[in-house]
Amino acid sequence: MTTRPEPEIDERNREYWAALEEGVLKYQRCLGCGNAWLPIRSECPRCLEANWTMVPSSGRGRLISWVVYHTSYHPYFEDKLPYAVAVVQLEEGPRLIASLVDEPSELRIDQRMVLSVQRDDGRARAAFAVDRDYAR
Amino acid sequence: MSLRGTAVIAGIGQTEYGKLPGRNPLSLNVEACRKALADAGIEKDVVDGLFVKYPTSTFHSMYGQTVAEALGIQPAIGGVWDQGGAANASMIGFAVMAIEAGQCDVALVTFADNPRTGTRQAYQRGWGDDAVYGWFGTPAGYAMIAQRHMQQFGTTSEQLGAIAVACRKHGAANPGAQLRNPITIADHQASRWIVEPLRRDDCCLVSDGGAAAVVMSAERAEELGVADPVPILGFGQGQTSWEVAQRPDLTSTAAAVSASKAFAMAGLGPKDIDIAEIYDCFTITVLLTLEDYGFCAKGEGGKFVEDGALELGGALPLNTAGGLLSETGMPGMQLVLEAVRQIRGTAVTQVPKARTAIVSNQGGIMHTHSTLILGR
Repeated sequence: MTTRPEPEIDERNREYWAALEEGVLKYQRCLGCGNAWLPIRSECPRCLEANWTMVPSSGRGRLISWVVYHTSYHPYFEDKLPYAVAVVQLEEGPRLIASLVDEPSELRIDQRMVLSVQRDDGRARAAFAVDRDYAR
Repeated sequence: MSLRGTAVIAGIGQTEYGKLPGRNPLSLNVEACRKALADAGIEKDVVDGLFVKYPTSTFHSMYGQTVAEALGIQPAIGGVWDQGGAANASMIGFAVMAIEAGQCDVALVTFADNPRTGTRQAYQRGWGDDAVYGWFGTPAGYAMIAQRHMQQFGTTSEQLGAIAVACRKHGAANPGAQLRNPITIADHQASRWIVEPLRRDDCCLVSDGGAAAVVMSAERAEELGVADPVPILGFGQGQTSWEVAQRPDLTSTAAAVSASKAFAMAGLGPKDIDIAEIYDCFTITVLLTLEDYGFCAKGEGGKFVEDGALELGGALPLNTAGGLLSETGMPGMQLVLEAVRQIRGTAVTQVPKARTAIVSNQGGIMHTHSTLILGR
């Protein structure tokens, strides 16, 4: 079996990936200017200071866009085709690449989504499902 | 002071396109430069500026100096400029600025790459830690943008297909094109998904090839007796730093900034343009560029392209030698060369009375954008 591509975990992003293992999606918040962002970086991209903390997200957000892979670019994903990848914006502001739980035919842009962490081959990753509690 | 028309493209040169086994990018650079110098009718000794982009497929430190050595020239100014696919047109703009600033007199601009016989890994890699999600490759970034555009504005896959149909039709008429079979919308719709909503026929070719252009002042071209110089009327650049996942608006691009600078320099607007050579790495790229250049309103690109407007004889003939979808996937600079041929009146698919051409080059996932306006 081919091993899945793994993130490069270091001092900066260890807490992010450890939180996902616990079912929590964290993002960075600047203690100086209040900016919130992902992916993990050393300095705030707004005020450029390195004075930040990690905050758990509510897990609610909206669907910016998504694609469905019919081509595999890595052996691990060959038997996963077709699979979807999305851009989701958290209600706190940060955007991220994530997996999707629902069939793509049910999706539309700006739809309300909710975090549903998925775990496979020893790795937790952010996935989102359509937020069915949200009356649209 | 506007730089409109102060400089010209004095000569153009290219290699064959397609599959070129046994050739490396450096060899393709040299061949393209040799032919560009011959086309301008000048000796290499007068070249004192050399602007190069290193091959995207294989990074090479100080590649500009490597090319200069292979050409046997000692340029006063030059080196590598990396903006991905936007670099070619940008370097022509930098050459004009360097000439105007007295930093060089005659510049060569060149790019070559061989992802077809070499490695295409540069276009298939994972995007950092997001590879965990299967987020790999260049097509997916454009597909993400296309999906949002389709949902936001009702753009259809068939409308994207109309762009491919136009490019493939023009490539079929070009004996030098890598892919010479025209397609219909039905063919496009039958082509397989690569990353949905993009199909195979929405994606450009993977090719080997090189191209070069000689840039100098209009005055110098006259002194040197250049046979058919084509004036550079305007140029501009624009870029976003945001990766696709972080970009606040997926369906508006830096092409708007780039084009507004080029149009302002040229003193022209979209209605003044006779032909468009638009970077078609993917069909969606063309649609967004046409909108952001102001050929139609944002969101109306699908309607603008669907009834043959981009085909020869249409309102805005596009990629008249076939573009990246049909002539060659590399080096992207072929769009500049075709614009020069159209303005000279020597193109295979010559558009009658073509006096102005706009060229776009862009790189990354619509990160970088560069615009040239050529004409008389």
